[in-house]
Amino acid sequence: MFELRGHAHKFGDNINTDIISPAKYMEQGFEAMAAHAMEGSDPNFSRSFKEGDMIVAGVNFGAGSSRETAPIALKKCGVSVVIALFFARIFYRNCINIGLPVLICPQADEIENGEELEVDLEKGLIHSMDSGRYYHCRPLPPHIMQIVRDGGLMEHIRRKQERNEGNNYVSTDDTL
Amino acid sequence: MMDDILGPWILDEPLRITGNRIAHPDKVVVICDHYVPPANVNQANIVAYTRKWAEKHHITNYFEGQGPCHQVLAENCFSLPGTLQVGTDSHTCTGGAFGCFGTGIGSTEMAGVLAEGKIWLKVPESIRINWEGVLPRGVMAKDIILKTIGDIGHAGATYMSMEFTGGTIRALSMDERMCISNMTIEAGAKCGLIAADDKTEEYLRKHGYSGDINFIDSDPDATYVKILEYKAENLVPQVACPHNVDNVKPVTEVKGVRMDVAYLGSCTGGRLNDLKVASSILKNKKTAKSCRLLVSPASWKVWLEADEQGILACLVEAGATILAPTCGACLGVHSGVLAAGENCVSATNRNFKGRMGSCDASVYLASPATVAASAVEGRIADPREY
Repeated sequence: MFELRGHAHKFGDNINTDIISPAKYMEQGFEAMAAHAMEGSDPNFSRSFKEGDMIVAGVNFGAGSSRETAPIALKKCGVSVVIALFFARIFYRNCINIGLPVLICPQADEIENGEELEVDLEKGLIHSMDSGRYYHCRPLPPHIMQIVRDGGLMEHIRRKQERNEGNNYVSTDDTL
Repeated sequence: MMDDILGPWILDEPLRITGNRIAHPDKVVVICDHYVPPANVNQANIVAYTRKWAEKHHITNYFEGQGPCHQVLAENCFSLPGTLQVGTDSHTCTGGAFGCFGTGIGSTEMAGVLAEGKIWLKVPESIRINWEGVLPRGVMAKDIILKTIGDIGHAGATYMSMEFTGGTIRALSMDERMCISNMTIEAGAKCGLIAADDKTEEYLRKHGYSGDINFIDSDPDATYVKILEYKAENLVPQVACPHNVDNVKPVTEVKGVRMDVAYLGSCTGGRLNDLKVASSILKNKKTAKSCRLLVSPASWKVWLEADEQGILACLVEAGATILAPTCGACLGVHSGVLAAGENCVSATNRNFKGRMGSCDASVYLASPATVAASAVEGRIADPREY
């Protein structure tokens, strides 16, 4: 089911955490971080980004710091999903842990800036409303998708503790 | 391990979701380093919050203003061979210098670790980087890791363990090994391992550790994704040019570029050996009038030892400003941030746009020797000439 719909904001390779969430604004709180998100690459990002829109990027998106303020700033801007050729690892986990969906898309560089997209997270399927093309991504494994659906890691843990379940994450999926 | 910038003030709220419980408080270390000493009220509030949080949760392993967290972890023997360490800072891979699987995680991930006392991890594949031979005079461990990252690429080791082996690595002091492991995240690595040996044990015993040491190493027939072989004799000083850590060139290609600031410090380049090497170059010399030299010893211990050995006086006489042990300018938050148009040669770990201050400043990463030589000339210089 195509649950997400929005416009693509396209970025290049190696968009690092100093671009996504510059350190100098971190001490001012989450609102300031969101207001200055992506500034090093697109100074108008926070003004032009609409709730529900998507980021589409090249290789190594999120490189650098472990700062969670990077995905938090994007989520506050209204990013519904981050799509990239591939992600830096700490950033990838941070998105999942705060409930921001991420998709690794081998054809991300074929999507153009401004294209209207709809996304089926369960299937890892992206459909361009403009070109009609479909792009196939590897979806997040079900137990990781559940963390995102629960709204993040802590809510996920809380629900598990309520159900008194064990914590045996076994993944043979090599996206993670 | 949590620091001030990404620790309690961010994860306190997620931790409340699971009832504020910490599974193993004795395994928790809280270190205020990035914002110490605070430059403004926001930073002071975050440090105060972190301090109070540690008190509230009875965290006895609390450190403030003693230097960047990875140096504090090493000196207090929290980075132990054969153990797993996670920290809310990407340079937690520094622990790898002790044969410790140290890796950086986000704040919410850390809240999960506090709540459950565990974390899910996928065992990474390994790249082996073998260096043999003797490093030439004027060439340091920083040049080893810059050369390696330049060849592997900014994302070339994504989700992998970078494992350093060979005679060159074995000959390095712990200070130098920490520099190498510290920067493996800049190639996207999950960790940067150097197997523990007698040098590791000597360091740990000297710093008060009396417990058992788990000397693990890879099996002789272990399989690697790739094996890189290097000869130390061929290594020349390296410089990572703006604005990517893998934009690495030999110093001979970058010589002569004007520098406004030279920075020694951080968890990457502020240790005793770094300051000693710099002072041997700067002895009886003055820094160029156009170039400000800033020095932040990596910890109180480093400061005191450097002071005792006359190293700090030597640096001051050359024109250096000695700063508190802190993260500070490394990430552009205080104590020496860069203005628009300024060039800085730095012993730190990142040179992204805007990293050390203005988005219109440029950062060149280099070894402490190259930083010192460049401070004398006011432009990128070859330390082998000193």
